[in-house]
Amino acid sequence: MPVEPPVSSPASLDEAYTVLADGNSWRPIAGGTDLMVQITGEIGPPPERVLDLWRLGELRAIALDDGALSIGALATFTDIRRSELCQEHLPALVAAASTIGAAQIQNRATLGGNVVNASPAGDSLPVLLAADAQLVLGSASGEREISATNFWPAYRQTARRPDELLLRVHIPLPRGRQIVFRKVGTRRAQAISKVVMAMSWREDGGVWRDVRLGLGSIAATPVRAFETERVLEGAAARREVADHAAATLSREIKPIDDVRSTADYRRVVAARVLHRLLRDAGGWQ
Amino acid sequence: MTYRFSVNGAPVELEVPGMRRLLDALREDLALTGTKEGCGEGECGACSVIVDGQVVDSCLVPVCQVDGKSVTTVEGLSPHGSLDRLQQAFLEHGGAQCGICTPGMLMAGRAFIDDGGAPVEDDIREAIAGNLCRCTGYTKIIDAIAAAASPTSAAGSPAPPQSDPAA
Repeated sequence: MPVEPPVSSPASLDEAYTVLADGNSWRPIAGGTDLMVQITGEIGPPPERVLDLWRLGELRAIALDDGALSIGALATFTDIRRSELCQEHLPALVAAASTIGAAQIQNRATLGGNVVNASPAGDSLPVLLAADAQLVLGSASGEREISATNFWPAYRQTARRPDELLLRVHIPLPRGRQIVFRKVGTRRAQAISKVVMAMSWREDGGVWRDVRLGLGSIAATPVRAFETERVLEGAAARREVADHAAATLSREIKPIDDVRSTADYRRVVAARVLHRLLRDAGGWQ
Repeated sequence: MTYRFSVNGAPVELEVPGMRRLLDALREDLALTGTKEGCGEGECGACSVIVDGQVVDSCLVPVCQVDGKSVTTVEGLSPHGSLDRLQQAFLEHGGAQCGICTPGMLMAGRAFIDDGGAPVEDDIREAIAGNLCRCTGYTKIIDAIAAAASPTSAAGSPAPPQSDPAA
């Protein structure tokens, strides 16, 4: 039988902050799709104490807020797939959501959980990187924002302080921005990615501006490929540019061999996926 | 803590640790052993149940998170002993072999149909993508769900043709 650590199920955010500040070590649980595997103790020590966020319905909303898309940390991937706002303003996130697990997982797993769990293979995270997402954290002393780009400093680490909760993800919606997403896994459902990628840009007078390239499963954290972004910035999606960008990406990333794939495979496939995304964007064969 | 929720339409009151897996509460505390444990980590779908209309893996849901909610297990498909239309379709289409995945397949299929799912092969495949059948009897499982999802065919008639590319 799994261990059954003590759990607190606060009914309001203020109550949750009070629990977090009591000097004990609390692990927040949202949809539980990762944490409930940890309580089996088979993949490391289970959490000592669990803070159940599921009753904080205020963290589930998806709304437009001052020209940005605001997604509550507890919005599930099913909520995101079914959200008309997400479909209209951030279809790449809907695409990512539909590749995560299958129905049972999407009905429970949350965007906030994916962010805070900090797996390098979190499938929504490259989209957040490409979309310049801001993560809004809250505690008894107020709220602060941190960009997704700065949120994962090291393997499974985040910039969240122990007294803080992730409240929502704020995604700016600049006019004309496009985002594309691609995941490569062993099969279409229930697969943890070998390479996952999201790329965004804005076309301006025939060239690309504000290029962002977010990747997962090719480093210890979700990362942006800054050097490859610089190759694409101010360029157009032509074949020579794609060749150069793909070669740059395969040099820039530092994947590892693990149970799901090899470093070599990931390097080749990441470059090829980028090349194909650029080909599709450029409309050449 | 005391948790109150409903299981298969009947109210339940459980005095258990809140982090107990719903799977264990169903099987050990409520003696509802129709729900099976497969992998215990959300990969195989054998422990699928429906919570407030959504199919979930009961190995990944702590009891504290079903407080006040409505849980349906495979036992709830035939509360009076007569098979539900989907169960009948599984029988008629040979949708069960060794049987371990069957309760989970039934719950994923039931959630799909209750959500308005149509008898379209690709949609059914996606709906059961989180349920593994080690006998690999997927074709007949899909036929059974399609038959039960079809408004025109009674459960006893053959499944309608499935998204045949030549059609």
